Amino acid sequence: MGLTVPGDRSTVSYAPESQEGWVATRLDFLVNWSRANSLWPMPFGTACCAIEFMATAASDFDLARFGMERMSFSPRQADVLICAGRVPFKLAPIIRRIWQQMPQPKWCISMGACASTGGMFDNYAVVQGIDTIIPVDVYVPGCPPRPEGLIYGIRMLQEKVMNERAADTRTRDEMEPDPESQLYIPASVIDELSEPFGNSVHQNRSAP
Amino acid sequence: MTPFEVVDTGARAAGPPPVTPKNLPHRGGEANPSAKALQEKFAGAVKRVEVIWGETVVYLDPASVKDAIGWLHDDTSQQYDYLSDVTAVEYRDAEAPIEVVWHLRSLPFRRFLRIKTELRKGEPLETDSIYDIYRGADWLERECFDMFGIRFRGHPDLRRILMWESYKEGFPLRKDFPLRGRFSRSEQLRQALAQNPEARYSMEELSIADAFAELPEDMRARLNKGGRTGE
Repeated sequence: MGLTVPGDRSTVSYAPESQEGWVATRLDFLVNWSRANSLWPMPFGTACCAIEFMATAASDFDLARFGMERMSFSPRQADVLICAGRVPFKLAPIIRRIWQQMPQPKWCISMGACASTGGMFDNYAVVQGIDTIIPVDVYVPGCPPRPEGLIYGIRMLQEKVMNERAADTRTRDEMEPDPESQLYIPASVIDELSEPFGNSVHQNRSAP
Repeated sequence: MTPFEVVDTGARAAGPPPVTPKNLPHRGGEANPSAKALQEKFAGAVKRVEVIWGETVVYLDPASVKDAIGWLHDDTSQQYDYLSDVTAVEYRDAEAPIEVVWHLRSLPFRRFLRIKTELRKGEPLETDSIYDIYRGADWLERECFDMFGIRFRGHPDLRRILMWESYKEGFPLRKDFPLRGRFSRSEQLRQALAQNPEARYSMEELSIADAFAELPEDMRARLNKGGRTGE
């Protein structure tokens, strides 16, 4: 007696990249290259990791070398959410709203042990890893990580961005909570929360 | 009284300027003169006076704490004009009462006084708010309520301050509170994400418009001309 596999599941087919053609892959490269080298970070610094992040951004380590010279304190103009420090439960809805206000494409770096796992704060007040709230692309370990560590994480993120393909539709998928649940916030409400800021009046989630 | 009255620290203190004391005994030593004054004024309310590491602790009856602190604040021979802290202590001994602690400082006399009162477990944990005497007690009492569940009678807005308002797990600094909280991690996260931060922290609350009249003269003039507050 052996296991039988339904006919439609017996083979797995991948779309070979060659089908995308030369133009599509070159266009991917151009888009990814420009995105990877102009990642604007949204700093979400809550603790000592933020100090290391500031050191990374300052002249000694000079984050501007990687196209991140502009800290975007408005989530509407940000590409990367860098969560530096522990996140208490009280801040959980705040970081979630910031993430929801950021327009696509967006990425997230979890900087330090506390943001990644809760770290030493295994207690009643601290979120045990921000990946329980928002999707994380790169985890940077350390307590806090040295600027070299953060730069290494940023380089890894740039590599990830360089390897994205426009043909892969799942890359930009966002998991929305069930509209019936308390966690669901309609896009219009998110837009309303992020008031017009600078020249970004038309830059929000509904009008990317 | 103007909002920014300059206090001449130590103006009424006797003796030479203070130096950091050395070789203090654990218990005993000279008590703060205010303790004796309290014993005379509130004879029945003062349970005992201790001097620990050179600092005076006065144990008061819960019912008379507000009167005593009000007298310490108002009386010209005491002038305790600064409230440093309101907090509470719960001991590991389940029988021991919970202590509420007030740290008072008299700037003119350079005195420091610690007031304690004991609240028995099993009875309602209540004491009088001293918000009427020190406005600074507002958030301190809210924090004490948030962490220990002690209710301050007469506080105008006694609600949670560190934990969010819909927090349902109890009072985290109590000894019977488990370190990781009472609910599972997923339930804690679900409840935390369901809170509505905009309900309280509105733009109006963060606005300086209400505080305009209390701003300094030059800043008001600058704002009236349409300028910025200045970075």
